[in-house]
Amino acid sequence: MEILYFAWVRERVGKGREVLDPPEDVTDLRGLIAWLAARSPGHAAALGDIARLRMAIDQQFAGLDTSIAGAREVAIFPPVTGG
Amino acid sequence: MIEVRLQPEPFDAGAELRRLDALGGGGVASFTGIVRGDDGLTELLLEHHPGMTLAMMQTLAREAVARWALLGVTIIHRHGLLHPGDPIVFVAAAAKHRAAALDACASLIDHLKTSAPFWKRETFADGRSQWVEPRASDDAAAARWLRDER
Repeated sequence: MEILYFAWVRERVGKGREVLDPPEDVTDLRGLIAWLAARSPGHAAALGDIARLRMAIDQQFAGLDTSIAGAREVAIFPPVTGG
Repeated sequence: MIEVRLQPEPFDAGAELRRLDALGGGGVASFTGIVRGDDGLTELLLEHHPGMTLAMMQTLAREAVARWALLGVTIIHRHGLLHPGDPIVFVAAAAKHRAAALDACASLIDHLKTSAPFWKRETFADGRSQWVEPRASDDAAAARWLRDER
């Protein structure tokens, strides 16, 4: 699975992209973020406050309870500020 | 006509408007967003999601054409490093009558702020740098178009 990070999430993790294979007991976005947060102090700083994060699965916005089964790409980022 | 572009380069709003003027409608409305130099801002960096951002802009354009029966719509959003005074976003809609053109244009810019994956980083003259936080007023502006969305 390809994990993408943007904006301050990317800066705190220290990279914009990583390819990982989550364990079978990680089934939804909430679980995935908790699993990722344990990978490094940078991941923990980026992903520790789940309320500040937004997600997309295969380029569609998705909520925390969305299943990651079959997902090719998961993007994790702050709320958007375009326009 | 649907024209959607995501680009680092500047755009020519006049040229974009002339293309919409030529579609035979009764009105063309447009909005150009410009980088403000508030609080000593010197640089604005626009980050986006390659792939997803352009797709979301195209979805917004198609929805606007369907909802307001537009003859044409143009959305241009820049990314990369911008400075105060730089045009950053352009939205324009051509329709038979003014209400559809004006409403489509306002709805599109409101939804671009809340639905398209862009992130802004501000840098100030004193060296400070920070990611822009979303504003509740932007969500409220986008939500007012939900009332009669089909």
